[in-house]
Amino acid sequence: MHNFLDFEKPVAELEGKIEELRRLPDSGDPKIAEELSKLQGKAEKLLRQTYSKLTAWQKTQVARHPDRPHTLDYIGALIEDFTPLAGDRAFSEDHAIISGLGRFRGSSVVVIGHEKGTDTKTRIHHNFGMAKPEGYRKARRLMKLADRFKLPVITLVDTPGAYPGVEAEARGQAEAIARSVETCLGLKVPLVSVIIGEGGSGGAIALAAANTVLMLEHSIYSVISPEGCASILWRDSNNAAEAAAEALKLTSADLEELGVIDEVIPEPLGGAHHCPAETIAAVGDAIEQALKELSSLDGGALKVRRREKYLELGQKIPS
Amino acid sequence: MNWLKNLVRPKLRELVGRQKGTAGNLWRDCPECEGMIFHSDLEKDHWVCRFCGHHMRLEAGKRLVMLFDEDAYQTVELDAVPTDPLKFRDRRKYTERMKEAQNRTGETDALIVAHGKMGGFNVVIAALDFSFMGGSMGVAVGQGLLTAARLAVVQDASLIVVPSSGGARMQEGILSLMQMARTTIAVEEVREAGLPYIVVLADPTTGGVTASFAMLGDIAIAEPGAIIGFAGARVIEQTIREKLPEGFQRAEYLLDHGMIDMVVHRHELRDTLIRVIGLLRNTVPAADVASIPAAAETPAANPAPSEDHPAEDRPTE
Repeated sequence: MHNFLDFEKPVAELEGKIEELRRLPDSGDPKIAEELSKLQGKAEKLLRQTYSKLTAWQKTQVARHPDRPHTLDYIGALIEDFTPLAGDRAFSEDHAIISGLGRFRGSSVVVIGHEKGTDTKTRIHHNFGMAKPEGYRKARRLMKLADRFKLPVITLVDTPGAYPGVEAEARGQAEAIARSVETCLGLKVPLVSVIIGEGGSGGAIALAAANTVLMLEHSIYSVISPEGCASILWRDSNNAAEAAAEALKLTSADLEELGVIDEVIPEPLGGAHHCPAETIAAVGDAIEQALKELSSLDGGALKVRRREKYLELGQKIPS
Repeated sequence: MNWLKNLVRPKLRELVGRQKGTAGNLWRDCPECEGMIFHSDLEKDHWVCRFCGHHMRLEAGKRLVMLFDEDAYQTVELDAVPTDPLKFRDRRKYTERMKEAQNRTGETDALIVAHGKMGGFNVVIAALDFSFMGGSMGVAVGQGLLTAARLAVVQDASLIVVPSSGGARMQEGILSLMQMARTTIAVEEVREAGLPYIVVLADPTTGGVTASFAMLGDIAIAEPGAIIGFAGARVIEQTIREKLPEGFQRAEYLLDHGMIDMVVHRHELRDTLIRVIGLLRNTVPAADVASIPAAAETPAANPAPSEDHPAEDRPTE
């Protein structure tokens, strides 16, 4: 493991000790081996304890973890013959959104997802997953392409939010998002969205007004970032983010209860970044299942069901 | 001329200020040019400054009076929705903030819906009131827009929506974000019925409101000087660490950038709407289009759009 979060420090210390013991020249010594397995047991127990009671703020940090698998990791592992398609045909290509054709478990699909990048260079290239109008317009173009060729659409959501910039505003950021939501809602093909990390506000729902919305256990999905909310309602972005994260009800469990998402995909012990391959496979299975359930519906029914789902949302609130 | 504004004016105000206070706020200062306007003149002018033409925020109820044919409309009672779905509490409880806004405005939430005649045409108008928690959109506003859309379909009416909103209502969390989808469905229902959907963007229209129904109009009209955008100016400034261009996110800026059809002075708004609807529906208006019904005289104590609680008024990201 490389990047530890603050609340993972006790686990990190234990793992450090384990690493040290392993490096000893006489690590084959039965005594040391015994100590090693004891420490490993302890580390796992501690990790289990830590992850069984993560607060909303801690989940926010896990959701943003730099080692968490991102859209390109999912595409690499789940999509065969991936053929990226670029550009909005109006202004430019937006690298914050990756999109293209591919084969998912044997069938052609259109895949669209936010990509945050993995190191400084790629993060800048992908603008930290913050799309501009051209990104949403590209997404819209590809959704329409899917509609025409009757291909299911899979979207992967992982964005801090739409990019707040002068040029993005000048080119109609709000309109681009509104049209993207509109296109999601009008599709006559199955649309399955997965919140794989951070579901940041309008930039997220632009791709996620879907038939089925799946969400990884430690992902978050919110109308505003905890920091933004804290700065506006608490007038304190540094100390109140924790309280804001709690109040916003942005965890997968909360959102399932509110009916905003359809299914929580459990993460391996220690979060998706602990076992990316296992996580990606689980997401793949969940998408396959969701598409299977939608496969019996015709185009009209897919659109009507999707609408009905959003029309019913928020009408009954669990007490 | 700055010395006039900065030095002479405060001195003058010092001299006459006390009298102004005791007169019971019969005079209002234009926030743009600081010209003093008599309250009844302001009402007559629909809250447009008679010196500089600045369009002040207009209460939703007054908007209805201004747009409909005289006495030819009825407000619609909106469905009750679950209140405080998240049991939200920041420094104060959401329910307290709500009660306060309700008491101050006499409305149940930020959206007012009415149906009636405009130039003889059937119209449904839904207007957001910025003085109610920054005109923010939660479940009630989303539901209200759906009601407005369905009423328009049933009555074969055009739907006119007048947003004035900081964006999604944070206190309803993800459910307020979901209203972006729900209000989009409302717009689609009107569109599928072949009826005009016209948006009149009033100051300010930002955040999740702009990024949903407000930007989906068949015709997009904005009031002069209105702030219209997605991200808040401060958020953008902090992100790019540069000063924002002159006139950024103003109605005229959006017009220049091809994002709206026209910027229309409030005094010409009613005529324009009637003309556009007549053209879209290929009929002629029945009423005398040139007349704007004068707003009823209101008592001087009537509160102006309040800016007491800017906390809720900020857009989301």
